[in-house]
Amino acid sequence: MIKKFVYSQKVAPYVFVLPFILIFLMFWFFPLVNSFIMSFQDRMLGQDPKWIGEANYSKLLTDKVFLISIKNSVVYMLGTLVLLIPFPMLFAVMINSKLMMGREFFKSSFFLPALTSVAVAGTIFRLTFGEMEGSLMNSFLGLFGVEPIKFLKDGNWSMAALLILACWRWTGVNMLYYLSGLKSIDNEYYEAASIDGASAWQKFRMITMPLMKPTTVYVTTISVYAGLAMFTESLMMFNGNKSPQNIGLTIVGYLYRQGIEQNKLGYAAAVGIILLVIAMVINLTQLKFSGMFKKEED
Amino acid sequence: MKKRSALISIVTLLIMSLVFTACGNPSGSKTETRQLGANAGENATELSFWTFVDLHGKHLDKMLGLWNQQNPDKQIKLNVTVMPYDDMHNKLLLAVTSGKGAPDIADIELGKFPKFLEGDNVPLESLNDVYAPYKDAVVPSRVEIYSKADQVYGFDYHVGATLAFYNTEILEQAGVDYKKIITWEDYKQAGIQVYEKTGKYLGTADTSASFQASLLLAQQNADFTDENGNPKVNSPEMIKAFEMLVDLQKNNVIHTIPGGQPDTEEAKGEYNKGNYASALMPEWYMSRFVNEMKDLKGKYAIAPLPVFEEGNPRSVGLGGTGTVVTKNGKDVQLAKEFVAFAKLSKEATTEIWNTLGFDPINMEVWKDDAVTKNPENEYVQYFKTNAFDTLNEIKDEIQAIKSVKASPTIGNIFNTVTLNAIFEDGQDVKEALDEAQAAIEQELK
Repeated sequence: MIKKFVYSQKVAPYVFVLPFILIFLMFWFFPLVNSFIMSFQDRMLGQDPKWIGEANYSKLLTDKVFLISIKNSVVYMLGTLVLLIPFPMLFAVMINSKLMMGREFFKSSFFLPALTSVAVAGTIFRLTFGEMEGSLMNSFLGLFGVEPIKFLKDGNWSMAALLILACWRWTGVNMLYYLSGLKSIDNEYYEAASIDGASAWQKFRMITMPLMKPTTVYVTTISVYAGLAMFTESLMMFNGNKSPQNIGLTIVGYLYRQGIEQNKLGYAAAVGIILLVIAMVINLTQLKFSGMFKKEED
Repeated sequence: MKKRSALISIVTLLIMSLVFTACGNPSGSKTETRQLGANAGENATELSFWTFVDLHGKHLDKMLGLWNQQNPDKQIKLNVTVMPYDDMHNKLLLAVTSGKGAPDIADIELGKFPKFLEGDNVPLESLNDVYAPYKDAVVPSRVEIYSKADQVYGFDYHVGATLAFYNTEILEQAGVDYKKIITWEDYKQAGIQVYEKTGKYLGTADTSASFQASLLLAQQNADFTDENGNPKVNSPEMIKAFEMLVDLQKNNVIHTIPGGQPDTEEAKGEYNKGNYASALMPEWYMSRFVNEMKDLKGKYAIAPLPVFEEGNPRSVGLGGTGTVVTKNGKDVQLAKEFVAFAKLSKEATTEIWNTLGFDPINMEVWKDDAVTKNPENEYVQYFKTNAFDTLNEIKDEIQAIKSVKASPTIGNIFNTVTLNAIFEDGQDVKEALDEAQAAIEQELK
């Protein structure tokens, strides 16, 4: 009986997907539902929860600090999209080229920062962009007679510093995605194009770019999420969750401030739900426009 | 010179990135645990202690040695974990409120303390019984700040009386006598002279801590909150305080400092270089001079703070760390007795001065010249004047700033937004304070 059950073609697929379903329910669905319920409560650890309806959401709508955190996260996310899609793609094409010397060396050099802990990298960048005359950036600028800049007290400079940190860390990873995408393109396309007299640029635009679309969509999707969920980099760069005038505060930073630092778990849950909605809307829109929901043509 | 320092920085950075990549410390935190109580027997009770100041562990180590000697039947081994400030408080709040994973004893900084007293179920042990024997010897206001509804929950290390620390070397170059600085007007004139003669600033315009606002409010008998604990940060007293500071900034008497306030790594570097000629800080800042600004030994003198008008109170107790006993500890009564011994006893207060250089809340020791003027003491050796001469002079004028439910929110908004808006971006004082009041009220809704 048991043997029949295990070997049944109808049951087997369910057995195989069961671990995923369980993990999905335990670590995604249940916390999500719980967060959604919490977002309608006034809830503190150690105290009894109180049901307060949509009060957390209406408070969030008028919360200027929350709006600053959304703005910072969205600007950061857009910045990472602009920098971390075209450049890694370009580097991947360059490294993939037969003319490239020292390919493996460049691959590992680009990838090395991804292995560094964010905490350490953030701390080094904080010192690099310090306001003292002797900090790395200021002493470099000093060579050109530029007065020291308070990088981490200015919104634009600090966003630039965060984006430089993101580029330093993630260029290599995205480049690897593109490299694996490039490997899947059949060389015959390029040969045929060469016979037709296509230039290198035409080959890149007409063959490489369209055939790398699935990779680009994937990289965009994870970059949108990673950009909106950024927190540790800012925490380390500003040596805590308290950047001057909240210039480095992100949505997750605000969630942490409310939930962990202030013990207002209900309010923090509402912040989390809004983050989820923003990420879903952007990603679903992006996937819709890139045609990912269409059935593949035969 | 600049070229060389840039080159050195670049090379250092490259080497550091390689080293750190290789080490790959995944958490990146500076958490470390060590066991104290080397003289404890095998049957000693093992307790755990969390703190964010390494020196506090050093003090408890000395006290533990004494406790184990005096109490052979109640010996203790203490596992001390030192964590970064925010990290420790966040973990502790989660642990005590959820009832899991909390240490037996912990340090909680004054600004974070109200978070632990919220609601009906305070997760900390009342210390009333162990406090009773010391009640008459300690400064009451330093116990009240860690109390709720007649229950005491923490014992401080110090009074934190604010003092003026002057770099006499710079002042002499500028022809200024710090003993003649009595009022803020005197301070301003002295600062103008210092800047003109040496190009250095007399003091700091703090952007990441509210010490200056606190002391200027206390001198006017005002506070950040009203008698009901509601925020009032745009009061006339606060406006007067900040307008004076902005005037000092405009006259190059004070200037913003890297790190945002004197008690940061970057700022101590600036002091070490002699770029600022005074620090108006709590007494505990002496330990930073002795331990982290060794180049300045023999240059600094201690004096009372300047005031608006003669007769204003010349000091306020600032900062503070309450040592608490959590509810889910292994041996709560033993932990309570040890904390009282380690913080309030005569032996403790002597060690608090000797080891930490703090002004202990048990004031018996303040009058004991054998302790406070001991020529072997490194704090006595470091400064040109004796701290307790000034402390005893102002001891009846030390005001207190209340720490209430709204305090963490006020501190957060001031130290992230308001102070930066005023001193870095030059926003109008009244406007910045009105915005702060609105933001605080919104957050507390």
